[in-house]
Amino acid sequence: MVIVFQSKPSILACGAVAGPLEKKSVFYSYFDSVVDDERWGQKTNEQGHSKMIQEACDIVMQKANIKNLDVDFFLSGDLVNQMTPTNFAAREIAVSFIGMFSACATSVSSVIVASLLTELGASQHAIAGASSQHNSVERQFRYPINYGGPKPATAQWTVTAAGYALIGKHNPKYPSIVAATVGKVIDYGQTDPLHMGGAMAPAAYDTITNHLKKRNQKITDYDLIMTGDLGKIGLKILKAMFAQTGTKQQELQLFRDAGAEFYGEDESFLAGASGAGCSAAVYYSYIDQQLKSGRYKKVLLVATGALLSPLSFQQGESIPCTAHAIEITIE
Amino acid sequence: MDAEQYQSIEQQITPPTPYLKNVLKAFLIGGIICTIGHAITYFYIIFFDFTEKTSGNPTVATMVLIAAILTGLGLYRKLGQFAGAGSAVPVTGFSNAVVSAAIEGRTEGLVLGVGSNIFKLAGSVILFGVFSAFFVALIKLILVSVGVVEW
Repeated sequence: MVIVFQSKPSILACGAVAGPLEKKSVFYSYFDSVVDDERWGQKTNEQGHSKMIQEACDIVMQKANIKNLDVDFFLSGDLVNQMTPTNFAAREIAVSFIGMFSACATSVSSVIVASLLTELGASQHAIAGASSQHNSVERQFRYPINYGGPKPATAQWTVTAAGYALIGKHNPKYPSIVAATVGKVIDYGQTDPLHMGGAMAPAAYDTITNHLKKRNQKITDYDLIMTGDLGKIGLKILKAMFAQTGTKQQELQLFRDAGAEFYGEDESFLAGASGAGCSAAVYYSYIDQQLKSGRYKKVLLVATGALLSPLSFQQGESIPCTAHAIEITIE
Repeated sequence: MDAEQYQSIEQQITPPTPYLKNVLKAFLIGGIICTIGHAITYFYIIFFDFTEKTSGNPTVATMVLIAAILTGLGLYRKLGQFAGAGSAVPVTGFSNAVVSAAIEGRTEGLVLGVGSNIFKLAGSVILFGVFSAFFVALIKLILVSVGVVEW
């Protein structure tokens, strides 16, 4: 389903924070804050996760020169059970809050809902975004952090990062959200939880093709189509899918993936980065700044999410995936 | 594009598991770990009052301790990524499985966290290890009583 925003809500401010390992990220210089302690000085990873969300939101409010009282909605999600890090951060931020879960696609689904609330006139300022903290996510989905089980070349590294955007009424000076596609849940029967790119690529393909078709656009209408966290292998698969349906090599160069690029060529991160904070921190720092600097005029951000749990995987279920897209332009 | 078509694209691009490379790495590192274990066995025989038969227990305890310390320092994880089965199969791998789970549970307290999570990964090794040891012992008992082998 494609939504066209007549009022073109704008991204008035962005905040991205990241953990110590993310100093290795190629996007490092675009982040607002990088801490040396992955627990943000707290007792547990989960408390640190929550603190990271608060810090990102504080940066957003500081940049926009507003206070909590000026914020109408907080829309956010993470990957920990019941999203307690986000819920606890929302307790401190103390504004109307809806927790949202689209796995790693929450970075975009939250902004879609924020844009709808803005278009409706119900919101002047809504903070939307997502986050993930490596330790607290890994322990839930995979093995203990220090367990020495080897990971295959297709595995990705969950980032410690948070990215948030302040969505408000249209302002021509800022990047604006003109349309969005809410993705379907796509399942091509992939079952390997250490090969998320392979599971998520069909969802990204479906959302991108639907968006272009319903908006009557070509790939070349965009300066960039950036997926969330398909990783290096997932991005190759996505490009191969488009190539098979007749997309030219030149057009395929417009496709990039935040997860594939996040840690550069560092092979210790295997297929690249993943996590809700991966796409959020790249979209709401690097991409926002590239739009403002005029390098890009029109981008399609397609966050991808794998909707599995350790339980569903152990019960032999395949991995259903989704992808949500926002079309952003700047005048 | 249907699921079958997709799977052929996906399998073309996904790099295959390098089995031969993995086996060689596992052999090399697993062999090194066992060589260290053997050196420790000799250490106990030469410097302490142990025989070849009794030196097993202190050797295993020492290897487990070393692996536990390496796990705590975050080094065993890195070794495991390289060595695969080479560092998972020896007793050091068992130590790593227990200690990593214990560290992880620490923030939930000693009883509900460490206590109930410590055997999260190693529990199945213990269960099936004891289970299969019982049957192996049973078979040997039968073979001994019919006179095929001796204890």
